[in-house]
Amino acid sequence: MAALLGRSCRKLGFLSSGHGARRSVSTETGKSLNLYSAINQALHIALDSDPRSFVFGEDVGFGGVFRCTTGLAERFGKNRVFNTPLCEQGIVGFGIGLAAMGNRAIVEIQFADYIYPAFDQIVNEAAKFRYRSGNQFNCGGLTIRAPYGAVGHGGHYHSQSPEAFFCHVPGIKVVIPRSPREAKGLLLSCIRDPNPVVFFEPKWLYRQAVEEVPEHDYMIPLSEAEVIREGNDITLVGWGAQLTIMEQACLEAEKEGISCELIDLKTLLPWDKETVEASVKKTGRLLISHEAPITGGFGAEISATILERCFLKLEAPVSRICGLDTPFPLVFEPFYMPTKNKILDAIKTTVNY
Amino acid sequence: MALSRLSSRSNGIARPFSAAFNRFISTDTTPITIETSLPFTAHLCDPPSRSVESSSQELLDFFRTMALMRRMEIAADSLYKAKLIRGFCHLYDGQEAVAIGMEAAITKKDAIITAYRDHCIFLGRGGSLHEVFSELMGRQAGCSKGKGGSMHFYKKDSSFYGGHGIVGAQVPLGCGVAFAQKYNKEEAVTFALYGDGAANQGQLFEALNISALWDLPAILVCENNHYGMGTAEWRAAKSPSYYKRGDYVPGLKVDGMDAFAVKQACKFAKDHALEKGPIILEMDTYRYHGHSMSDPGSTYRTRDEISGVRQERDPIERIKKLVLSHDLATEKELKDMEKEIRKEVDDAIAKAKDCPMPEPSELFTNVYVKGFGTESFGPDRKEVKAALP
Repeated sequence: MAALLGRSCRKLGFLSSGHGARRSVSTETGKSLNLYSAINQALHIALDSDPRSFVFGEDVGFGGVFRCTTGLAERFGKNRVFNTPLCEQGIVGFGIGLAAMGNRAIVEIQFADYIYPAFDQIVNEAAKFRYRSGNQFNCGGLTIRAPYGAVGHGGHYHSQSPEAFFCHVPGIKVVIPRSPREAKGLLLSCIRDPNPVVFFEPKWLYRQAVEEVPEHDYMIPLSEAEVIREGNDITLVGWGAQLTIMEQACLEAEKEGISCELIDLKTLLPWDKETVEASVKKTGRLLISHEAPITGGFGAEISATILERCFLKLEAPVSRICGLDTPFPLVFEPFYMPTKNKILDAIKTTVNY
Repeated sequence: MALSRLSSRSNGIARPFSAAFNRFISTDTTPITIETSLPFTAHLCDPPSRSVESSSQELLDFFRTMALMRRMEIAADSLYKAKLIRGFCHLYDGQEAVAIGMEAAITKKDAIITAYRDHCIFLGRGGSLHEVFSELMGRQAGCSKGKGGSMHFYKKDSSFYGGHGIVGAQVPLGCGVAFAQKYNKEEAVTFALYGDGAANQGQLFEALNISALWDLPAILVCENNHYGMGTAEWRAAKSPSYYKRGDYVPGLKVDGMDAFAVKQACKFAKDHALEKGPIILEMDTYRYHGHSMSDPGSTYRTRDEISGVRQERDPIERIKKLVLSHDLATEKELKDMEKEIRKEVDDAIAKAKDCPMPEPSELFTNVYVKGFGTESFGPDRKEVKAALP
């Protein structure tokens, strides 16, 4: 129930700008776009600016199942924007080869849940290519895009958040945007980054999130976290769609007099330890929230690192509000999800420790 | 007493029906020979004969069960639109002949494993309408206790291994089941079903190689409905002759809209698999609905194509014509049968709607084997809230 309300709240007042330190791009106005349109714009710009870039994957030709690739095939031709057969391992392997020849291969995996057949290619081939060839070869032009995350009724195989698996692999980068404006800038940075990148897009926000997105070509730097809401009592760290839920919890906590600082990590690998560390040194408390199951989730890495760096400044144990240690359920989704109330509960427990 | 033979066929389905139908349903098992509509095309084997042994009981049974399957899928469509079924729902209408023909050729000891378009296969394996609708709506009485949903139907006592979401992943599983059957000397086979989209997955060929190497009684069945989601087969596969893709493994191409062709092919395949090893069957079939309920099904194919297939190749119409031409029932009787079926389906839906949702504690059950012991903490990780069973 709470999850349903939480979800409908996403439509209104999306992560409001104006809180906390913002970059210059965020004050620019632009067209009101939703997430898939912003990503679409980024892809158009990427293909336009580099004639050696390609977009391919299952069903991308007609626009893709989430419409992120609309208009690309018509504009750039079927030689650059094309459909592949149903074989994730083949698609990514093919992308690595293409990138190794100096092209920008923008691969779409239809749902992050289907990325596992390609896991070997990403971990063993893409991540280690530059390393094992002594910098003779690299597949830096590879960007893998996949929709991830819960959508309300996705069930076991349309809702997973596999970011933790990829954060464990040195050699690739993992990036997750929280909103349309961020997505466009981050995606362009990922495509132009000289390292292979896995870019997870929160599918829940494809239509729900609407924001003003500048129309020109702009990039948001990778490995820089952003403080999207300033506070003094507790630091909250998250990424992607979960941030909206966390912001709601922050607003509720404020009514009870708790001032929360909310950080969007954006890039999970390599992640911006300094920003989080500075924030925790200020507040003395940390709460991490993500949809993926708690055991072995990326929150564990953040927790361990912050503990090392800020041990004496911590007033309370690091709190993690995450998905449960079960397969992503079907009817039980509202129980599984890290909801606003669970986060609020944890904020209060941590502050009153 | 003659009628009871019919009702023992599939549990839960035939019982109310046979009571109401007062004209003698022919439970005649005197053989009728039916010619398949098209000859079989074979690869590395001799095709079976086009003459299929059947009986009036079987003909009527085919009609009834296929009409039931069709009605069930249409009802699921309405339930999905009414938001009683959430998540994903992949409907099988148009492809019923594959499910029914396969069942007619095998026993419950032979295993079937398929992808997510599994409602009718489950019904064919002996599942009840109540279990189907309950599972679709996520209720306790569902075959997977409401935890699986549309894509994950299973029935262990009929060797139905489901119900899988990841495309192509079920085929190596099926070959493993076949290995177990051979090892245990069960004289049974496994049918691993997959679609034309999945036919391009690497793991399929890995499993095929292993099955051929070890002579496993695995039958790989490609349900070729010509579209992998929205991608036509010629755009995804260099060789859309899926029955030939086994290369060194024999194959048979079958008209999947003709239940008797399917039955003959499956019987042939079972004999082959028990004796010689794997074989590929390609069922040339068609789905009327889109890939799933989120797909209108008309953006990548014309309405003319869909209605053309419906007019010329509809599996139920074909059986109906056979029933009428062999004078086993009149038009009116068949219409009455369809009305009965409609009522049966509506009753099952009403009963399923009344069924409760699974208990919240079920969220944690069956993650591991019972008694393995894992703890679940409250939101702040400080307090042990429950021990996972």
